[in-house]
Amino acid sequence: MVLTGAEIVIRCLQEEKVDYLFGYPGGSVLYIYDELFKQDKVRHVLVRHEQAAVHAADGYARSTDKVGVALVTSGPGATNAVTGIATAYCDSIPLVVISGQVPSAVIGQDAFQEVDTVGITRPCVKHNFLVRDVRDIADTIKKAFYLAKTGRPGPVLVDIPKDITAQKCEFEYPQTVSMRSYNPVVKGHHGQIKKALQLLLGARRPMVYIGGGVVLGDAADKLTALVRKLGFPCTNTLMGLGGYPATDRQNVGMLGMHGTYEANMAMHYCDVLLAVGARFDDRVIGSPAHFASEPRKIIHVDIDPSSISKRVKVDVPIVGHVDEVLGELLALLDGTTERPDEESLGVWWKQIEEWRRRDCLKFNQGEELIKPQFVIQKLWEVTGGDAFVTSDVGQHQMWAAQYYKFDKPRRWINSGGLGTMGFGLPSAMGVQLAHPGSPVACVTGEASIQMNIQELATCRQFRLPIKVVMLNNRYLGMVRQWQEIFHGNRYSESYMDSLPDFARLAEAYGHVGIRVDKPGDVEGALREAFSRKNDLVFLDFQVDQTENVYPMVQGGKGLTDMILSAEDL
Amino acid sequence: MRHVISLVIENESGALSRVSGLFSARGYNIESLTVAPTEDASLSRMTIVTSGSDDIVEQITKQLNKLVEVVKVVDLSESAHIERELMLIKVRAAGKDREEIKRMADIFRGRIIDVTDTTYVIELTGTQAKLDSFVSALDAALILETVRSGICGVARGDRVLKV
Repeated sequence: MVLTGAEIVIRCLQEEKVDYLFGYPGGSVLYIYDELFKQDKVRHVLVRHEQAAVHAADGYARSTDKVGVALVTSGPGATNAVTGIATAYCDSIPLVVISGQVPSAVIGQDAFQEVDTVGITRPCVKHNFLVRDVRDIADTIKKAFYLAKTGRPGPVLVDIPKDITAQKCEFEYPQTVSMRSYNPVVKGHHGQIKKALQLLLGARRPMVYIGGGVVLGDAADKLTALVRKLGFPCTNTLMGLGGYPATDRQNVGMLGMHGTYEANMAMHYCDVLLAVGARFDDRVIGSPAHFASEPRKIIHVDIDPSSISKRVKVDVPIVGHVDEVLGELLALLDGTTERPDEESLGVWWKQIEEWRRRDCLKFNQGEELIKPQFVIQKLWEVTGGDAFVTSDVGQHQMWAAQYYKFDKPRRWINSGGLGTMGFGLPSAMGVQLAHPGSPVACVTGEASIQMNIQELATCRQFRLPIKVVMLNNRYLGMVRQWQEIFHGNRYSESYMDSLPDFARLAEAYGHVGIRVDKPGDVEGALREAFSRKNDLVFLDFQVDQTENVYPMVQGGKGLTDMILSAEDL
Repeated sequence: MRHVISLVIENESGALSRVSGLFSARGYNIESLTVAPTEDASLSRMTIVTSGSDDIVEQITKQLNKLVEVVKVVDLSESAHIERELMLIKVRAAGKDREEIKRMADIFRGRIIDVTDTTYVIELTGTQAKLDSFVSALDAALILETVRSGICGVARGDRVLKV
């Protein structure tokens, strides 16, 4: 059947079973939007800024196991999308972003709304394509979805010139796709897996360290089974929250710059470390030299060979899909009666429990000022620990990670790698659309929320009953904290001036707005918000400005050099 | 440590950009880079000379493999290999210098491929070291232009980089 390029694009999205297309129209994509209008299988969500379109597709992908899809126009549409694309790239999220481009004949002639989209996004995509022939569209889109989803996932951009979308050709959606230059490893090396098991069984102070890879690889079940069978302590990174149940006793909490005391100490003093789907990021291990100063054997399971031994030398690298490798490890473990030494494990756990007794996350909620940590704790209680929680970036993000105990993967949606302020609200839109009827909370700050506040309109248009939990401390909190600790309290440009009345702003957009000033009102406000199943409720919690996120590992310091409270300063 | 990395890459527009972009984005050093199609026109072969510690070069190799269009990567420096580079050098060859320059070219097994009353263009192939020596053997005042291709390399013996 002969179709236009635009028709082919839409048909391809239908073949890929795309539910929602997040986008914003413009000149270069008018033919595509025309075809979109004529069908109803792929539902378009009109955002109010292209950055939000990509963040929404991102939130959709993070909370499901599907590829998020966004459509933007050329020039400013594409450049607005770059932040969203880089956010997805840094966290390895599968996205396909389709961007319009100026007609082929004028490419390179500084046309209206022309930018070198492929050139600009090259460093922040997994791969990108510029389609030069209408006959290549179907194949390219098939490849785009394949690349986005397989191996280490990532955003793929497809740039399509306007004239190509108007040309016609015969359409057939390819059934299979194969690329001789791209063959991600799925199965781990059997010999390495056996070696890993031997190390684990012989460990005296073992530790399991999991990251975003466990969530992205849908390996939480197998990981949980393995950790429980072995009886080892487990810690997760910011991106790995929910990969192992937080309420389980074997979970020693998040580790890293704002991790718990027990997690950081156990990570440092363990003798065998099993790293699964994590990349030894600088926020996690602190100073690499200090980390290497304790002798330990490291097993590293990751789908991306370039992540292995990049920052920390490992002893047993295993390249493969986490779910596959863990499956094999479990099978091997089931096939033997050998188990780790109970006595050493007992001594190790005693040490960990002693570290736990420091109660590093304890805070004091008084009568007068709302503590931000208290709001998160109450949020966790009110939602039964089962909501989807998206976050912006800063102190509120760290408190959400510390005090909301995630037992399930794909519930915690935040920009970890790039740390993009403005991610919270648009990503919540994608999450809510993917999970209609489920409670979705967007934990944010008064600075972050303003970066994409216009999306309150999108939420209204699509009736998305998101609960915005805003921790308003009238400061760029994390910046202020660093300025307090490292820059002699010189709060340069970190005070948030001229804030709007957020409750009224939310109401102006057609939502429910509630301002909370007293600790006694926090729980009630949250319950009220979550009981309203059809309304977006914007909660403006006026919180204590002086609170800092503890524990804190200073940049360049070792994991064990934690600042535990204001007294340590 | 100097490493010669050879890779086979899909012959698509932008492929060279991706590789050079990778090096600059991650702060790796490119001493020289050459690329041209292979006997299979859909594939290009690229030779990159870089330097760094073994860890850095290991990362470079892994990052190159990660690029979607890269089919295969080999570090030629890991075993016996051959390196060759081509140089075209235009020299002032007037009067008594003509004889001397011709002798130099012969000694280095170079060929004079362009002749005028006052200039010669000499074509020379060899290792980077040989080309360097030729340039320093000549009187600097006589050199008008040097154009070098960058080195390309292939493994010795029966080891083959094939797709």
